[in-house]
Amino acid sequence: MKQADALNQAGTLAELGTLGVLLAVARRDLLLALRRKSEVMTVLFFFVIVVSLFPLGIGPEMALLRIIAPGVLWVAALLAAMLSLNRLFAADYADGTLEQMVLSPAPLGLLVIGKILAHWLVTGLPLVLIAPLLGLQYDLDGRALGVLMLSLLIGTPLLSLIGAIGAALTLGVRGGGVLLSLLTLPLYIPALIFGAGAVEADISGLGATGHLSLLAALLALACFFAPWATTAGLRIALE
Amino acid sequence: MSNKIIHWFKYGSPQSFYPLAGKMIPWFWALAAIFCVAGLWIGFFVAPTDATQGEAYRIIFIHVPASWMSMFLYIVMACWAGIGLSLNTRLSSMMASAIAPTGAMFAFLSLWTGALWGKPMWGTWWVWDARLTSELILLFLYLGFMALQAAIDEPRRADKAGAILALVGVVNVPIIYFSVKWWNTLHQGASISMSKAPTMAITMLWGMLVMALAFWMYSIAVALQRARAIMLERERHTDWVKYAVE
Repeated sequence: MKQADALNQAGTLAELGTLGVLLAVARRDLLLALRRKSEVMTVLFFFVIVVSLFPLGIGPEMALLRIIAPGVLWVAALLAAMLSLNRLFAADYADGTLEQMVLSPAPLGLLVIGKILAHWLVTGLPLVLIAPLLGLQYDLDGRALGVLMLSLLIGTPLLSLIGAIGAALTLGVRGGGVLLSLLTLPLYIPALIFGAGAVEADISGLGATGHLSLLAALLALACFFAPWATTAGLRIALE
Repeated sequence: MSNKIIHWFKYGSPQSFYPLAGKMIPWFWALAAIFCVAGLWIGFFVAPTDATQGEAYRIIFIHVPASWMSMFLYIVMACWAGIGLSLNTRLSSMMASAIAPTGAMFAFLSLWTGALWGKPMWGTWWVWDARLTSELILLFLYLGFMALQAAIDEPRRADKAGAILALVGVVNVPIIYFSVKWWNTLHQGASISMSKAPTMAITMLWGMLVMALAFWMYSIAVALQRARAIMLERERHTDWVKYAVE
């Protein structure tokens, strides 16, 4: 009986294929997110509010705002991404879905990549799309806005990937939220430096290619290593 | 004597390592004290006064070895954590958790003495120098490791989760270092740089090396002592602990 079940599952796994499994997990998570739209909007509004707070605290001089714009937008994106990490695995952990995922014949790494992809589509991509609007408040010109979007487009998946490691390690741990920020924020520093640096370099006329290439290199590195570390963390949490 | 074989793996178990560590600790304390006295003597009395920095430079005999140790200890900690994770040995993970506070202390000491040095040299307590900044981030990494271990009640899960964090950290340390360095050179091209200091007198180098040895011995002594305490705490239900405490 057990064998038949396993065969049955293996059959569906073979039917779906590697990419199919990944997309199925991503679609499920997206569907869940769409049923609870307010959570998605909260992250977005957090981003908008944090970015709008800086001019109120510093003063409305456009010359100054133009200088700090890349840093402010990137730090705000960092914090927004971090706040949304808690939800990456918490709900599935609470209702036991995560345990089933660990037991399933599909490789856990693949399922994790699917979840991270969905998480980025829900929390990262909206930040990328709204960033130019906020950049306008800081008087960035068109080129700089393009570079800002591009840097966030490469950078936010990186944030989701690195953050997933922290989310897996702090799963079900006391004071998980604050702890998560303590673990992931230091690891976000290279992304912040190259992401904000790309926009600054473009504004100062140095060209953003170098920064963007390094950011993309970090993304490639994280794509390989982060799901691996995340699965190890999940297995430990579920032991 | 010659046909007496020492079974080294025996010391992988807390029960047999506990007394061995107890025997080794006084020696490492003694070595630490000797090297410390020798290093400070070289630093304060033998090393010449620096031509440009005056007497205040003498803080490097603490500052530089402390930052060396903080970086070195992170790698040692990650190695122990990795061994603990892959071979599932209890003692390795205990060593990793025993080293973390000492490493954090050295990172903090390095920042503190860096600030004390910066005030007379550069006129400010803090400069966003590449080395100071990466040292600060290293301190954050240590704090994250300790916070994660402290938050998890079950010791085995705490060990493993901490090990993964330490390994992720050790992969990230060079990336962080070089990104911070690049960030620094882009933002303040002609800033004060410690690496541009004129060639160092050979006695100064010796002073730093001897102090580094002193800190090394101190770290071993303190880590062993802390590991002994962790062993007693975790194995408190076993018989050997009852005998050891009596």
